[in-house]
Amino acid sequence: MNPFTGVANMLALPFIHYALIAGTAIALLSGLVGYFVVLRGQVFAGDALSHVAYAGALAALAAGVDLRLGLFAATITVGMALGALGGRGTTDDVTIGTTFAWILGLGVFFLAIYTTRGATADSTANVNVLFGSIFGINPAAATTAAWIAIGLIAVLIAIARPLLFASLDPAVAAARGVPVRLLGPLFLGIVGATAAEATQIVGALLLFGLLAAPAAAAQHLTDRPWTALTLSAALAIAAMWAGIALAYAVPVLPPSFTIMAFAATEYALAALTTSRKPPRAHTNFETIPTPRTTTDQPVSAPRR
Amino acid sequence: MDLSWNLIADVREILSFHFMVNAIRAGTIVAVVAGAIGYLMVLRRQSFAGHTLAVIGFPGAAGATWLGLGAGLGYFGFCIAGALVIAALPASGGTGTAFGGYGEESAGIGTVQALALACGFLFVSLYKGFLSGLNGLLFGTITGVSDAQVLVLLLAGAGCLVALAALGRPLLFASIDPAVAAARGVPVRALGAGFLVLLGIAAAGTSQVTGSLLVFALLVTPAAIALRLTARPAAGLALSIGVALAVTWIGEGIAFFSPYPIGFWVTTLAFAAYLLATAYRTTTDRLGPRRRRPAHPGALAESPS
Repeated sequence: MNPFTGVANMLALPFIHYALIAGTAIALLSGLVGYFVVLRGQVFAGDALSHVAYAGALAALAAGVDLRLGLFAATITVGMALGALGGRGTTDDVTIGTTFAWILGLGVFFLAIYTTRGATADSTANVNVLFGSIFGINPAAATTAAWIAIGLIAVLIAIARPLLFASLDPAVAAARGVPVRLLGPLFLGIVGATAAEATQIVGALLLFGLLAAPAAAAQHLTDRPWTALTLSAALAIAAMWAGIALAYAVPVLPPSFTIMAFAATEYALAALTTSRKPPRAHTNFETIPTPRTTTDQPVSAPRR
Repeated sequence: MDLSWNLIADVREILSFHFMVNAIRAGTIVAVVAGAIGYLMVLRRQSFAGHTLAVIGFPGAAGATWLGLGAGLGYFGFCIAGALVIAALPASGGTGTAFGGYGEESAGIGTVQALALACGFLFVSLYKGFLSGLNGLLFGTITGVSDAQVLVLLLAGAGCLVALAALGRPLLFASIDPAVAAARGVPVRALGAGFLVLLGIAAAGTSQVTGSLLVFALLVTPAAIALRLTARPAAGLALSIGVALAVTWIGEGIAFFSPYPIGFWVTTLAFAAYLLATAYRTTTDRLGPRRRRPAHPGALAESPS
């Protein structure tokens, strides 16, 4: 079979159009946001917000309102709250884990309310929230998702320079008049909105990978921030397109799986081909709490 | 089956169902193992590894079900294999891995977790008609435990506890002060690898009760509560097991009488207990004239009380 006719056939299908419109915009957004997430050492926030996204979506389903309303409301609120509380990896891992396990448990509770009340199409809605359904996205939802993504990208680009400065060296940035305290919650609000967007494509459980994998791969491949930012977005889009194409070519494979598989492959290849350590100059030593909380962490440093 | 004020009759009613007896047997085994292993896990700051192992168990269980093998086999196989892989990694198996991690490395772990979940979803969708079991795998169920599974859990749990008892003292030493332990000739690295395998077994067992995504409720929270309330390892270990047992039993009891799933009840009870323990700790710290107790048994090494 000629691969070109295969691609032409695929591109003729309307549901592929919608998947590509929404998928490309959201992959671009995830790649850009993910770069800053990894750079700022806030990967846990992505994990946390994915739990919140699930609970929010199921709460909206249980309440009978549009799923996206719950998604965005929950993730943006929690994201900004995390930012305002200074959730820069300084909070105890045990507290975070316990809290977010409970939030996920709340999601299950809303799921039970939803399934006991309206018995129709219950398990598919749940599976879609958990694992996404890019091929099932309808035209209106696809365009809405794309416009929201474009808006978020515009905001992110507008704050990109000060955000980069504040991520690399918050103390100097604050001294130079960058509103560091404002940028933190704003950025986590954007991460929250990104999580809500990505939930519609790859699902609440996998969006974490879409945020982290292309960005981590880009950081392996280059030291320069702007190149890495662009590369991260490009890798995310590449994974999205390749994933959609493979899921179309092999109908057995769900698109969420193929997208994640490509993103993880990118990361693995980048990590394997560049054996050197990622540049530590990019990591912000100010945020590493080890030296400050020595009484809490007696066994962190000397192990090797 | 309605809840009455006569608790003995309620318990008798629960025990009249074979699946509930199995659920309670499985829950008891899992709670004891998770409480004990979880205590050391929190002490060693490896809760992120525990979470990763539990998530890896999900594709294991889904894949095993797809291939027609038992889900329990998949859980244990994948979790133990995952533990060996994490132990073989140079840095990430170390005790310093916080939940967030910092930058690159945690991004790698996050990618692995997302890929594991994606693979699990692939297996679930390859196995048609299994979607109803998905929630059980992810969020736990009380109806799905068979006699054979209880037996496997019992054997695995007993083996785990025997190994833990054998490793216990040097492991505690190596967890609290690895540098001194290594200097005294304790094989810190081998102990770390052995502990990760035990953690894999505990995560696999816990997953079968709370589901892959909610293992924190039994593996981390009871230990965190114990560490808030006491600094002595023996008391903490006992308290951790006790809290895990209480949360599991009460959670299973409520889940039996309510339409809401066990995962919700267990996480909610555990979280409520955690909040209570934190509040108790904060008030005693504020009001009590006594010297501030160390938050962590490790602090004893620096300031013996």
